[in-house]
Amino acid sequence: MYKLDSPSLLFEASRRGRATAYLPASDVPDVSLESLIPAQHQATSLPPLPELSELDVVRHYTNLSALNMSIDTNFYPLGSCTMKYNPKRNERLAALPGFGAQHPYQTEDTLQGLLAILYDLQQILAEIGGLDAVSLQPAAGAHGELTALLVAAAYFRDRGEKRTKVLIPDSAHGTNPASAHLAGFETVTIKSDGRGLVDLADFQSKLDDEIAVFMMTNPNTVGLFDPQVGEIARLLHDRGAKLYLDGANMNAILGAVRPGDMGADLMHYNPHKTFSGPHGGGGPGAGPIAVRSDLAPYLPAPIVVQDADGTYRLDEDRPKSIGRVRAFFGNTGVLFRAYCYIRSQGPEGLKRISQHAVLNANYLMSLVRDLYPVPFGERCMHEFVASARGLARDKGIRAMDIGKRLIDSNIHAPTVYFPLIVSEALMIEPTETESRETLEAFAATLRTIASEDPEMLHEAPVSTPISRPDEVKAAKSPILRWTPEAS
Amino acid sequence: MAYIANTPEDVSIMLRTIGLNSLEELFDLIPAEYRLQRPLNVPEALCELELTSQVSALLERNIGTDKRVCFLGGGSYDHFIPAVVDQLSARGEFYTAYTPYQPEASQGTLQATFEYQTLITQLTGLDVSNASLYDGGSAVAEAVLMALTVSKREGQVVLAGSVHPEYRQILATTLSNLDVEISTVPTPSGVITRESLAKALEKETCAVVLQYPNFFGQLEEVESLVQLIHEKGALAILSVDPISLGLLPRPGDYGADIVVAEGQGLGNPLAYGGPYLGIMACREEYVRKMPGRIVGQTTDRRGKRCWVLTLQTREQHIRREKATSNICTNQGLLALRASIYLAAIGPNGLRQTAELSTRKAHYAAEQLAAVPGLSLAYPGPFFKEFVVRSKRDPVQVLEAVGKLGYHGGIALGRWNPDHKDLILIAVTEKRTRAEIDGLVSAYAQALQGA
Repeated sequence: MYKLDSPSLLFEASRRGRATAYLPASDVPDVSLESLIPAQHQATSLPPLPELSELDVVRHYTNLSALNMSIDTNFYPLGSCTMKYNPKRNERLAALPGFGAQHPYQTEDTLQGLLAILYDLQQILAEIGGLDAVSLQPAAGAHGELTALLVAAAYFRDRGEKRTKVLIPDSAHGTNPASAHLAGFETVTIKSDGRGLVDLADFQSKLDDEIAVFMMTNPNTVGLFDPQVGEIARLLHDRGAKLYLDGANMNAILGAVRPGDMGADLMHYNPHKTFSGPHGGGGPGAGPIAVRSDLAPYLPAPIVVQDADGTYRLDEDRPKSIGRVRAFFGNTGVLFRAYCYIRSQGPEGLKRISQHAVLNANYLMSLVRDLYPVPFGERCMHEFVASARGLARDKGIRAMDIGKRLIDSNIHAPTVYFPLIVSEALMIEPTETESRETLEAFAATLRTIASEDPEMLHEAPVSTPISRPDEVKAAKSPILRWTPEAS
Repeated sequence: MAYIANTPEDVSIMLRTIGLNSLEELFDLIPAEYRLQRPLNVPEALCELELTSQVSALLERNIGTDKRVCFLGGGSYDHFIPAVVDQLSARGEFYTAYTPYQPEASQGTLQATFEYQTLITQLTGLDVSNASLYDGGSAVAEAVLMALTVSKREGQVVLAGSVHPEYRQILATTLSNLDVEISTVPTPSGVITRESLAKALEKETCAVVLQYPNFFGQLEEVESLVQLIHEKGALAILSVDPISLGLLPRPGDYGADIVVAEGQGLGNPLAYGGPYLGIMACREEYVRKMPGRIVGQTTDRRGKRCWVLTLQTREQHIRREKATSNICTNQGLLALRASIYLAAIGPNGLRQTAELSTRKAHYAAEQLAAVPGLSLAYPGPFFKEFVVRSKRDPVQVLEAVGKLGYHGGIALGRWNPDHKDLILIAVTEKRTRAEIDGLVSAYAQALQGA
């Protein structure tokens, strides 16, 4: 990240008349536009968009990009987000016309190469999850959660069972309860126990015949594998309920443990995390879901199938399907990159990913936990949650201060203040693509910060293009767009 | 091994430091019964050279719009993409960053998003835009959920039959476990009439969803329809084509309350349906009920103008089950591409794109209507897309047209058995007269004797 001033806004740089001719003249017979589009369907003026030269645009965005931290430029240990290296080879392949120039409504005979890839990806995701059937349609992790819950709702409705509640641990991502609510369920929170795991007694006391699904993240958000998962699955299944596995942390268990083998009935993947899809400054992601065979009839349509003669087609004829959650096929570009990534790894490579992700996290944890206590777990999976509670109490150094100060050392902040069950939480996920040197340098920086002047830390970061923004002001009197009067 | 930096020496140092002897031991806290005791049954690893040649070979089997001339639309359009869009959005500083949680380290993404929001308000004529949603289809469902919260009426949602069939399916799926009735108004003439809409509106109607131009390319009488919707106290949700706004009136100017759109046409490749972006804009008074990320302007401690994620108390990570939506990301990279596209082409470029698409579509429609066996299905005005009725089975006609080198249109029977003889044809600014004439000959050949 370069330390330069922000460029002016596009709108401030605009000069009327600067834009030049963009397209060729019309080559079809000239007729009056009014004869084609009646006057009441025509705007009386052009939208007030900015006018810039091409070089203006290039400098503007190039300079803006320099104000970002990114995986390509910085260590980015943002817990729960799996900020691993995004391979360039996948980008080049996705830019080929054989992918980019495929229209979603081409007929299947013109899409055999792509459908083969998507079919294989369905099979691969079923195998990695230890489940039976896959839908690639959901557009993001949270969208996958919602879709899977709608699948479960349709399953119970079809069986004539009235189940209205979804159980969610207090350590869960906020998307879990939000998705459950959106899917029409009432949410019931399950406490964590003193080990950071599901409080089994609390779980059992809340398990009744109205429970449809328990949404479990395993490894969970404090970076621990909950070994009670099999018992939880058994108790749920005895009651006719289903176990949902939030796949946010699949990077920890690739090739080592399969959700289906631990009793999960349905799950979502985050290919933009686990399978290296670029995060794009906030998206796109994708949220494919995998389910057991009894839930398969309810998956969204279409699904890619292969006929006996080897040709691929889209199966739209799924009478029990919940329908659609997204137009067209899905976030195919993200799925395609996931396919390329998985093919680059193979069975051994996938296993190495989780091994090195867990190794890096444990090594890093061992280098810092004396100064940044980790309240739950002697060992962790792919990430760990340290607490700055002691530093906050003794010196007034808050988790936020630490995150902000890391930026001064060209390191992105960890996830702070999540999960909610750890006070002053610093959620750190190094990923498998970082080297030992990077981890050691990060640990050294964290150790230095713990002994820095608290007053200075409250002002951090000090080397960035801006100092800490006034977020209260932003929310109190929102300015959500530029207007000519404002400048 | 692909993308792993640790050397064998690193591994032994690290294992020793944490008191373990092997990588396998890292997983020994997981009960053995859940651990996979065999390699995953997935294809063997490919190095970059092998991957590149194998995947390229598979992609080469596709016969896309690079090999046949594209007249397909239905919400995904073959508009021209200036090189600056690809070049600038390919900067790793943009596409390998994540959601701008740390504003001091993310002003690039934040300012670009604030500019995106501004561009969308300029385009739509509404007060506020979010940072984008998944796609134009799910954006319709989000808009209806938002309208349910805003209006406090919960009975019923009215949907024009001329809205994209997949958007309608998404809405039905999204509402399937909630207590909301969807009433779909048929549109046999290709547009929703004021009379049929008036009949569908009830006292408890919360919102009406219209598409303009609609799925058939036709121009609804939006001004009069929106007026009627407001008379009944319901909200008007408009799904629009952003490219059309270079020519057609802005939704804010004819009274739309919530506007959604598929943003693909703004500089994003076809890419077999995604990733695309869902545009959403609304009136200022509804902003606190809006789903999705929103960026706002503020100042830093030194008084310098800057940008942050704001109004986050609407969102799932704070409100959990009480959030306005479960969405926690936007389509950042696609919104960035849309912004670069609009900045690069400007208002005149957008106007040219809209006008050329219109002119060429009308030329194509006129020529095709003269082909024996084809006729225009609907009488009303249209933008860049239109429907023809075919005397011969559209699936067979399109197959024959395909063999002659054209993705000639979409057979509408796939969504509606009543539309078994209809073909939807889109024409963008990229199509030349020669290509259109070629398409017309191909249709003529395919329909010979019909």
